[in-house]
Amino acid sequence: MKSIEELERIRKETLEKINLRKDRTGIRIAVGMATCGIAAGARPVMMAILDELSKRNVTDVIVTETGCIGMCKLEPIVDVYVPGQEKVTYVKVDEKKARQIVVEHVINGHPIREWTIENYE
Amino acid sequence: MLYRSHIMVCGGTGCTSSDSDKVAERFTEEIKKAGLNKEVLVVRTGCFGLCELGPVVVVYPEGIFYSRVKPEYVPEIVEEHLLKGRPVKKYVYGESIEEKAIKPLEETPFFRKQRRIALRNCGIINPEDIREAIAFDGYKALAKVLTQMTPEEVIEEVKKSGLRGRGGGGFPTGVKWEFAYKQKETPKYVVCNADEGDPGAFMDRSILEGDPHSVLEAMEIAGYAIGANHGYIYVRAEYPLAVKRLKIAIEQAREYGLLGKNIFGTGFDFDIEIRLGAGAFVCGEETALLNSVMGRRGEPRPRPPFPAVKGVWDKPTIINNVETFANIPPIILNGAEWFSSIGTEKSKGTKVFALTGKVNNTGLIEVPMGTTLREIIYEIGGGIPNGKKFKAAQTGGPSGGCIPAEHLDIPIDYDSLINIGSMMGSGGLIVMDEDTCMVNMAKFFLEFTVDESCGKCAPCRIGTKRMLEILDKITSGKGEEGDIEKLEKLAKTIKATALCGLGQTAPNPVLSTIRYFRDEYEAHIKEKRCPAGVCQALLRFYIDPEKCKACGICAKNCPVNAISGKPKTPYVIDQDICIKCGTCIEKCPFGAIYKK
Repeated sequence: MKSIEELERIRKETLEKINLRKDRTGIRIAVGMATCGIAAGARPVMMAILDELSKRNVTDVIVTETGCIGMCKLEPIVDVYVPGQEKVTYVKVDEKKARQIVVEHVINGHPIREWTIENYE
Repeated sequence: MLYRSHIMVCGGTGCTSSDSDKVAERFTEEIKKAGLNKEVLVVRTGCFGLCELGPVVVVYPEGIFYSRVKPEYVPEIVEEHLLKGRPVKKYVYGESIEEKAIKPLEETPFFRKQRRIALRNCGIINPEDIREAIAFDGYKALAKVLTQMTPEEVIEEVKKSGLRGRGGGGFPTGVKWEFAYKQKETPKYVVCNADEGDPGAFMDRSILEGDPHSVLEAMEIAGYAIGANHGYIYVRAEYPLAVKRLKIAIEQAREYGLLGKNIFGTGFDFDIEIRLGAGAFVCGEETALLNSVMGRRGEPRPRPPFPAVKGVWDKPTIINNVETFANIPPIILNGAEWFSSIGTEKSKGTKVFALTGKVNNTGLIEVPMGTTLREIIYEIGGGIPNGKKFKAAQTGGPSGGCIPAEHLDIPIDYDSLINIGSMMGSGGLIVMDEDTCMVNMAKFFLEFTVDESCGKCAPCRIGTKRMLEILDKITSGKGEEGDIEKLEKLAKTIKATALCGLGQTAPNPVLSTIRYFRDEYEAHIKEKRCPAGVCQALLRFYIDPEKCKACGICAKNCPVNAISGKPKTPYVIDQDICIKCGTCIEKCPFGAIYKK
């Protein structure tokens, strides 16, 4: 180890990968992954979310699965929990929408209202 | 790639012995089968502490705690939890389910009261990957001392923190470092005492297995503080997993330039060697350990000279225990004031205890100094199995003493334990319930020290043996008036005259049981009775005439024909012939035979 900067670089790099074991207070994205969700294509949606987060070096966001909430026809459903704010539920999400949700809502803090459950007719 | 979920499978010695290897393999297999290997990571960790419930698996980010996981549970956990996001309740640790919701492991009663400093990374990192240690601030304290602190400042910080030796003696660590620092002779050495030998204590092993880098880093900090460039870790060969992980850790640290020459470009050199001990208890005593490190017979020598003056190769040496070292990096990073705000007036910080014996949650815990025994046993430990009553707890292993129920509420620290005739020791905590015979317990520990006495000095070699003979006599029903006094006299002489800590503390279990349970000794001697029903020679077997159906099975099975009777009248045991083998109790279909 030549310098402290190098140690700090390794620390940051690795922490991004394993911080979910210690610090679990940030934004949480839950993807509906019951049979209905999976059938409607929830897995590619989740992979897109992970890929987008990782591309943009966002590491304090937790991605989890959740079960069926009874609105199977609206799957894939993605919930975004921002600490201190109401949960936002997106319905009929696809890969493209998922990537946009990550960018607009998770990173920039602007929920995309037209895709949320309240606005689904 | 970012993994969304991490499966932490305990790879400590406890869980490994209950096949956690196979559980981890199965997870890897099933996750691959389910196509999740790009999103879910399987990690082998060190000990989580709840060894009783092994193999232990924790799933992050939720922190869901699965206990006693069998390989055949794995497909269901992968399918339900990892694929569909539904934790499998039936395999989840019961205590983490509150009002039907599953709580993360930090919120279970076992973890809630704990404060983890020495064990901060155990169960959270992969101990075989230095990068994970670095991620959670590994080697950051070393960087700080090498670039921002003088050796004097490091010593001052450790002194101010109030850290005392966690191996048993409780000597202030900073003062020890200062002694060595002031020595003019060079080279100097840093030794880590990992010769953990107390029956039932396994905290040092768990730290080495779960977070070996914390010890390496602290040894380097100590080296910088006293002016040493070489360290030895003395670890017992009976800890193969700890040795393996240490070796990997040392190799990786060298590879990353965190051990070796010119660390962080500051000109500071340090390297560490492992020395394997053959498992003699006395080698945990510092002067015996030094001899063993140098390849000599592991026998103690008189002090002074203290190791800080004449240690390894007769050069100034500091010897600290594993747990003591593990506390050093957080002290450097967070400051002495932070550390000394935890604990009691004279005992700062936390202490790791190995909780064993008659307690529900056997395992490893870390609590602030000053926590009461009641909190440890009833809240963290989950109480005593089968609704039995608490009788006493043994701290300090064969060098310590017992704490009876009347002292359940004293805050535990170095000094309060000494006041009630016990000692902290390395932190073994053995819980005993009403079925434990205290005389027999004292005998067990004395047998251990008699076995482990190196034989160099007469008080320990001969004195402890004589004490054991008297205890043997008492437990086999041949005790006489005056035996207790003889034990006390011998104990006092041995304590005052033995050469090293082993002999000086060997009589403690006997003295403390006499102090608190003298009536049990007297019952054995005067009434030839063992109140707890343990000492076989003092038990008598009886047939309950109410329950006896006069079937004659006991008489048929008695190997010495001590039982006689006629049809329709209860059978009786002839006490003069009975050899107390217990066959009749086993054979009686009506449970009519009892011992008292």
